[in-house]
Amino acid sequence: MEALKLQPVITAFSVFGVFVCIVLTYYALVNLFKSFPRIRSKKDKEAIMDEDADAHHHVETYTGEPNIKLFWWVFLASDCMFFGSLITAYLIYKGQSLVGPYPLDVFDMELTTISTFILLLSSFFMVLTLSSIQKGDLGKFRFWCFSTFLCGLTFLGFQVYEFEHFIHEGLRLKTNLFGSTFYLLTGTHGVHVAIGVLWLLGMFIYSFWGGITKERAIEVEIAGLYWHFVDVVWIVIFSVIYLMELPIGG
Amino acid sequence: MSGHGPKLALPKFLSFLRNRPTKENGLVSWLTTVDHKRIGILYLYTSFFFLFVGGIEALFVRTQLSANDLEIFVGSTYNQLVTMHATTMIFLAIMPLAAAFFNFMIPLQIGARDVAFPRLNAFSYFMYLAGGIVLNASWFMGGASDVGWFAYAPLTSSTYSPTHGVDFWILGLILTGISSTVAAINFIVTIINMRAPGMTLMKMPVFSWMAFVTAFLLAFALPVITIALIILFMDRNYGTTFFQTAAGGDPILWQHLFWVFGHPEVYIIVLPAFGIVSEIIPVFSKKPLFGYKLVVLSGAAIGFMGFTVWSHHMFTVGMGPIVNSAFSITTAAIAIPTGVKIFNWILTLWNGKIKFSVPMMYATALVFLFMVGGFSGLMHGAAASDFQQHDTYFVVAHFHYTILGGGLFGFLAGTVYWLPKFFGKIMDEERGRKIFWWIFASFNLTFFPMHFLGTGGMPRRIYTYSADMEWTALNGFITLASFVLGITLLVFFIEVIKAVKSKNKASADPWDARTLEWSIPSPPPVYNFADLPKVEKVDEFWESKISNKPIKTLPRDPHGIHMPGKSWMPLITSVGLMLASFGAIYQSDLRYIGLGIFLLAYYGWALEGDAEYYLPYPKKGKK
Ligand code: HEM
Ligand SMILES: [Cu+2]
Repeated sequence: MEALKLQPVITAFSVFGVFVCIVLTYYALVNLFKSFPRIRSKKDKEAIMDEDADAHHHVETYTGEPNIKLFWWVFLASDCMFFGSLITAYLIYKGQSLVGPYPLDVFDMELTTISTFILLLSSFFMVLTLSSIQKGDLGKFRFWCFSTFLCGLTFLGFQVYEFEHFIHEGLRLKTNLFGSTFYLLTGTHGVHVAIGVLWLLGMFIYSFWGGITKERAIEVEIAGLYWHFVDVVWIVIFSVIYLMELPIGG
Repeated sequence: MSGHGPKLALPKFLSFLRNRPTKENGLVSWLTTVDHKRIGILYLYTSFFFLFVGGIEALFVRTQLSANDLEIFVGSTYNQLVTMHATTMIFLAIMPLAAAFFNFMIPLQIGARDVAFPRLNAFSYFMYLAGGIVLNASWFMGGASDVGWFAYAPLTSSTYSPTHGVDFWILGLILTGISSTVAAINFIVTIINMRAPGMTLMKMPVFSWMAFVTAFLLAFALPVITIALIILFMDRNYGTTFFQTAAGGDPILWQHLFWVFGHPEVYIIVLPAFGIVSEIIPVFSKKPLFGYKLVVLSGAAIGFMGFTVWSHHMFTVGMGPIVNSAFSITTAAIAIPTGVKIFNWILTLWNGKIKFSVPMMYATALVFLFMVGGFSGLMHGAAASDFQQHDTYFVVAHFHYTILGGGLFGFLAGTVYWLPKFFGKIMDEERGRKIFWWIFASFNLTFFPMHFLGTGGMPRRIYTYSADMEWTALNGFITLASFVLGITLLVFFIEVIKAVKSKNKASADPWDARTLEWSIPSPPPVYNFADLPKVEKVDEFWESKISNKPIKTLPRDPHGIHMPGKSWMPLITSVGLMLASFGAIYQSDLRYIGLGIFLLAYYGWALEGDAEYYLPYPKKGKK
């Protein structure tokens, strides 16, 4: 695909995404406050405990935690080493490029801050996605799941936009060490987000087939676990790549 | 995947996913199996096969070195043989051999019916096979990698290694890496979550414990090498300059990444073997393991400390005296928990009623041989002394004493010890003993003289030398001994197969052993434990034998014995990734086809679910 033709589409999409996200946030906040007292009520708690007992009737594990949840915890721990190696490589080569463009020649802090914000928002929506399905509210689940999906997609849109912009400025994968380490690190993260986006879309569709139910809320929980992880990793990456370029005190 | 409700919501056009394979015999049953015991057997046979391949490569290398100025395998051919020998042995023979025992034994030792994720377990095996195929396909597709198993930059760059050999090597290792990572996570979850009630971590058999530590090492060390391999692949194929000095890159980064993985890797190899020895020595000494807790904790300590010593492989790179001293100290420190284990084994033997059956012979030989390797390790762990020894045959002697004398001897011990569980057959004691002595003697005759060659200045990885170096006699001797070792190892494996085919039926507990796997028939039924055990002590089975009380069990499930459904998906996903790897090497469209197959099968996997079914219980009393 030709880079120039894509750009307006992606721009339009991203701006639209930001707009939608802001509206959603407002709605989400209202919802969250409404739902607090409900979770706390004693009756609800008992109901939840009863269901827990039911769900555990089937799988009995030593720790009481479902296998799949442990799986994702350990996988994400392993994934930390994956990102850790990439971040280390980035830091080792920071400032070692022999030719430009250098980071500050291409970075657009405002833009990336917005996309970071959107990714953070999506984590918030993910919380609501999970709590809706735990309460068995399929309609709300679909709504929040799709919102999270949309945020993820918007983030990816921003990233594609950013990459195209950088390429325009002359920063390619093989231009210099900054290019290589930057694209590799953010690209790997982007792939993680893309997998998450596919996952969310999958759950959304699956919910119409009757595959997502209150009893299977664990499926949503692990998707959430993954999604939050990807978010947290982005915060680290954002700090290491972008914020560290800011002149201190200036 | 979570094991919740068996009813799966599927739209009509996908309902074919409900038809799960059910064949119990024949090829299809092996390709679709999710039974950890069958997967263990697949691992065992496949790693025997690769051990054979790697062994042939080693003998070719030794043939070339048997006298001065020979010209049988020279230049790149020789380098390919050396590289593929090491790669095959480490990644395709020894590590999977450990995986074979993990697979077969962990669920039995912890009183479980299977691993936590049976289909994922099958996937691990097929990915390992796929990695083995990709790595070895290079022989027939333009030559294998010839840059050494540690593949130092910049020799690996497309300038110096223009053929596809290194690309095959990279993708083969990435595939086996995925296999091991997934398997490791699977075992971690299995051990945390599937233990019999009452079996706290500190009541778990030592072998399972060492498997647990090893799995963590794998989960944390493999991502590092995976990143290194990806970076290298990009340097070679997409024009990045991570390891290119001319563009500001740093080839030493590769060395760091490689050894951050590489040193934990050596413990990945040896800890499972330590675990096996810690099972065998108490059984054949008729005593509990001396200092069980200390053995476990020192194993965990080795695991942690294994991540702090990697730069001892790089003393001569020029990191400076401070870094070198620091890593000398950490290297010396890691010998402490290793020594603790050795003393524990010796004290277990002390005053025991020792019976030198074949497994015990290998196990005690390991204690001795690993000490030889450990001491030479300590010698080059001191940076100053390593300047003399680095890249000489002394190091070759060191790591063969640790990897063969430590790793392989443990796995041979395990093979003989657990053969009754694997196949319900027992190895002939008399012949087993003879073979042991041949292996032990030829092993030492092959590798001990390498210490002398090394201190005499012979470098590693040279394909010939001139007569006036005076290395000819020793080299000739070593080559002779290595052929004897190769042949006796082959005889060992033939003996294993003969035992499997023989009528020497083994009883459930032929060694009068201590752990739960011996409380069920040999070989175990598909569901392992008809009645799931409850555990109160370390060595529960032994306690139940001496107190004459049967092991307590859990009440039976009214539905029957819960079993996971077989599946094609692990095989198809692996084939997809293998095709994608070949595609990536040649930058052809095959990679998209491969990824497509992978994705489709992946969704199939998710949607088909566990498909549990139930088997009827056997009659009580009759196990
Ligand atoms: C007390 C424990 C150990 C110590 C102190 C130790 C120390 C060392 C040192 C300092 C080297 C670098 C030598 C050089 O290249 O100049 C080395 C190399 C090596 N060690 Fe060990 N080691 C120990 C245990 C092990 C174990 C358990 C294994 C494997 C099971 C092992 C496998 C290797 C291998 C494969 C190499 C060579 C790597 C290469 O250059 O290709 N070592 N060891
Ligand atoms: Cu090391």
